[in-house]
Amino acid sequence: MDRHANTPLMWGILAAVVAFLYVPISVLMALSFNDSGLPTVWRGISLRWYGALWHNADILSAAGNTLIVALISTAIATVLGTLLALGVEQRRRRGRALEALIFAPMIIPDIVLAIALLSFFSLTGVTMGLHTIIMAHVVFNLAFVCAVVRARLKSFDWSIVEASSDLGASGFTTLRRVVLPVLMPAVISGALLAFTLSVDEFIIAFFTAGAGRASTTLPMQIFAMIRFGVTPEINALAALVMAVSLIALTLAQRLNRGGVTAP
Amino acid sequence: MKAPLLSLRGLSKRFGRVAAVCDVTLDIAGNEFFALLGASGSGKTTLLRMLAGFEMPDAGQILLDGQDIASLAPNRRPVNLMFQSYALFPHMSVRTNIAYGLEMERRPRAEIAERVAEMLAVIQLDGLADGRPDQLSGGQRQRVALARALIKRPRVLLLDELLGALDKKLRTAMQLELKRLQHEVGITFIVVTHDQDEALVMADRIAIMKEGRLLQCGTPHEVYEHPVDRFAADFIGVMNFIEAGRGRSLAIRPERIRLFPETADTITEGRVIARAYHGLDLQLHVQTALSPRPLRVRVTSDAADRRPVAEGDSVTLGWNLADTRMFTDQEETP
Repeated sequence: MDRHANTPLMWGILAAVVAFLYVPISVLMALSFNDSGLPTVWRGISLRWYGALWHNADILSAAGNTLIVALISTAIATVLGTLLALGVEQRRRRGRALEALIFAPMIIPDIVLAIALLSFFSLTGVTMGLHTIIMAHVVFNLAFVCAVVRARLKSFDWSIVEASSDLGASGFTTLRRVVLPVLMPAVISGALLAFTLSVDEFIIAFFTAGAGRASTTLPMQIFAMIRFGVTPEINALAALVMAVSLIALTLAQRLNRGGVTAP
Repeated sequence: MKAPLLSLRGLSKRFGRVAAVCDVTLDIAGNEFFALLGASGSGKTTLLRMLAGFEMPDAGQILLDGQDIASLAPNRRPVNLMFQSYALFPHMSVRTNIAYGLEMERRPRAEIAERVAEMLAVIQLDGLADGRPDQLSGGQRQRVALARALIKRPRVLLLDELLGALDKKLRTAMQLELKRLQHEVGITFIVVTHDQDEALVMADRIAIMKEGRLLQCGTPHEVYEHPVDRFAADFIGVMNFIEAGRGRSLAIRPERIRLFPETADTITEGRVIARAYHGLDLQLHVQTALSPRPLRVRVTSDAADRRPVAEGDSVTLGWNLADTRMFTDQEETP
């Protein structure tokens, strides 16, 4: 296997794949700095489109909404997902059915989840708005946080929990002083992942936002704007969203690798 | 005899259909070093976990100073356990690990600092107090685990597979250290081990467990010299068995067999098929007509020097009947 890795052909294929993945994104980023208002005419580097974003009230309000949804749904999902992971891993004998139930929101197509949640909210007569988007995002974020924390728990040394209890700690003290500090890298990593997913989630937010512009999130705003054509402003916005996601994901990966490991 | 500190009464525990511990009744005195000895699956660890509070007995009582503690949660018992894996908190320094138990008791800060410093001096890890557990060697980790449990001054300290993970030299040093601590601190130690040498060296009394039951309990001398049955005889130390007919076997310890005896109750001839020098003594495997397995013989280097033997030599062995024991053969249960 190894001797193929250095042939020019392999390097060529690698380059093609990388180009396929990243050239569109690079073009988008480059165009977001284009001074020209036309997508195909290059007129030099400028930050004017980033500046324009600051003066667009619709975009600012949508960005605010996205931040509210992402922060609150991440916070709720992180607490519940961590506790769920601990509960499931501590009582392993519950069987496969529970496993499937927990993982389902990660696998169910977004569109199905979106329709289901919409039906659920209209059936129960809940007025839709930011709070319904938050609830909807908690549904899938919970599954992702739980998955990340559970992965860490596979190598968790449960005897330290018993040791803590043996030394006189109550269950809550053990959670606070022993379990959570050891799991913290995974918990934060799960939270960052959830935040990233929530920031650029479109379909579910679109279905559960309800009528009116008050609860428009950033992806919904971009979708609305793009119907009138791709403007450099959207390129700038997309570049910003990507930067935020990239930073969060990098942090998440760092934490998961460099975390405290039990001997 | 004065009232026992710890008294187990008819303690039983089942896991599904397996009886892990079966009707164990046992008294342990204050300041005693007590060893629970048994093969894996003999129930010794389950018994220890019931004493620590991690398993609830199905039946029976655990009396500590006459009080039944069987249903108390682990954090409410004046009993501490040193885990086989040490179970040190990986995110805390050595100092914080040791202080943890006192913090749980909400002791004043000054008292905690003082007692931790004292304990660090005892385990001779003052210099590493601010290091993390993963920066320590196995022996150092064990000392931290011991200090963390000892600092609570428990009535009873439980030790799971005491020194299993350590190399031989460190082990001997720790054994002596533990004995010293036992006398200095005045704590009752209950040790679980599958290592019979360790039990013989360390313990005031030994309990041998088999299939969840207490097979024999006594001083190291008693269990070594007067095993109750063939299993116990085979389990503690090395034992030669010679078939004596009618389902019975004669058992004799290697050190009771003499080489070229002048007088002896039983004398037999054999050929040395293996020879191993151990410094203090010489161990021989001698094939005789008495048993299909060669007899294991242990002679002092002193005696061996007087009349050297080599592999292949013919030798005369002898022993006195007073040094032998007769056992009824048992069905070997796997």
